[in-house]
Amino acid sequence: MINFKEVQETNDMIQKENLDVRTITLGISLLDCISDDINRLNEKIYDKITKKAEKLVATGNEIGKEFGIPIVNKRISITPAALIGASAAKSPEDFVAIAKTLDRAAKQVGVNFLGGFSALVSKGMTTSDKLLMQSIPQALAETDFVCSSINLGSTKTGINMDAVRLMGDIVHQTAEATKDRDSIGCAKLVVFCNAPDDNPFMAGAFHGVTESDAIINVGVSGPGVVHEALKKTRGKSFEYLCETIKKTAFKITRVGQLVAREASRRLDVPFGIVDLSLAPTPAIGDSVADVLHEIGVEHPGAPGTTAALALLNDQVKKGGIMASSYVGGLSGAFIPVSEDQGMIDAVEAGALTIEKLEAMTCVCSVGLDMIAIPGDTKPTTIAGIIADEMAIGMINAKTTAVRLIPVIGKSVGEDVEFGGLLGRAPVMPVNSFACDEFVNRGGRIPAPVHSFKN
Amino acid sequence: MKSRTIITVLGKDQKGIIAKVCTYLSDNGINILDINQTIVNGFFNMMMIVDMKDVEKDFSVINSELDELGKSIGVKVEAQREDIFDMMHRI
Repeated sequence: MINFKEVQETNDMIQKENLDVRTITLGISLLDCISDDINRLNEKIYDKITKKAEKLVATGNEIGKEFGIPIVNKRISITPAALIGASAAKSPEDFVAIAKTLDRAAKQVGVNFLGGFSALVSKGMTTSDKLLMQSIPQALAETDFVCSSINLGSTKTGINMDAVRLMGDIVHQTAEATKDRDSIGCAKLVVFCNAPDDNPFMAGAFHGVTESDAIINVGVSGPGVVHEALKKTRGKSFEYLCETIKKTAFKITRVGQLVAREASRRLDVPFGIVDLSLAPTPAIGDSVADVLHEIGVEHPGAPGTTAALALLNDQVKKGGIMASSYVGGLSGAFIPVSEDQGMIDAVEAGALTIEKLEAMTCVCSVGLDMIAIPGDTKPTTIAGIIADEMAIGMINAKTTAVRLIPVIGKSVGEDVEFGGLLGRAPVMPVNSFACDEFVNRGGRIPAPVHSFKN
Repeated sequence: MKSRTIITVLGKDQKGIIAKVCTYLSDNGINILDINQTIVNGFFNMMMIVDMKDVEKDFSVINSELDELGKSIGVKVEAQREDIFDMMHRI
């Protein structure tokens, strides 16, 4: 039987160390909504989402109460909209209409984000993909809950540099379209290399075409719990440190597995994966930077940070894999800047630069995330940063992503406040040397060789 | 899902906490399997393992009624299904 100490340990994790189920994400296939009439398509999309996700929020709240663990977000991911809209949408405006339908459906069922306003263009772009990408600035400016992601490359296909170049422009236009709100549109837009089909986290969630009609994916988080556990490892060896991270990750993931199983049973939707990601929030004590500090670096960015992050990411995965047979998504450690007070402190202390963050993305779970840059950064420079990050993903066969926010009207030294989960970010300097000739070449970077690993 | 539930009671010590909580449990057909209680620096800390298989009310109703009861006594009472602890601490 469970003992007093174990109950206390679990409840301390929840009450004092911010352990939570970050999200229950219901993936919904919209392939059966396809129509050649835009109005009919919108109607079918709205009906399918509102019917499938009708009980999602209530069920999530119910499970949270019964187990005594907060389930912070309930979200939806859909089949990439560029596929769904391909036969009906004839202009970017048609895709804006689809985005508005998605927003309306999200509001109706009470979720706080809906992901999948997406296109998968790692090798080439269809007309529909291009129209969707062109619609992003307006779509994100005129909706509240829709998130957009574009997969620009993969280890198997190489990098679509035409799409990278285009996304440099789109990120910039999205910033312009929401400049009255500190360019917040860009916080809902992410580009990927090797995007997973079953990621429950935003802004990059979409429901892959290889998935079934509907699926429950659960994201658990708990940097605060890992941080607390690591306080007991001060001065001890790496072996002891790694054991502690693994054990903690195991415990956290088990909670995710339980919630996923329950949500699946109650909603009568198959269980997909549990994603264990140390995902920080602006709340004090809910920080990946604090974990890195506890491992032994003064601030993230100090020499040793990449190694510390590498071991953290790997041990989190190892602990998680033992806890659930279906670990998926992006499991590992996220390193967003604006959403993590410790990262913000590191930037303000001068310890952390975009270049060091880029190095850290080689070993973290995703990529350059929630980084505010000067509003006058050239679109080609944004494309260059994206290309670098995509290359890291392609060569290392890992998922990488870029979510940059060029804050229109602001420059280095200023701050931007997004509020809520998105947090606050100091505007970071970007290398100002040009890469126009590189990104303007056009075409693709070929897929890498899969032997001769060095 | 199992019917076993963990009830935790936390707050400033006073007379009659156990009596009031147990009366509520008994009135609602909840069987107590194990109790562990300590007082540290005047702070009352109790954990009960209970069986709810004969309970007619919804779990959410029991939970909110316990919450209300706790508020009337001035302590925090929470019911959580045992599965979360089992999952976390047992392989």
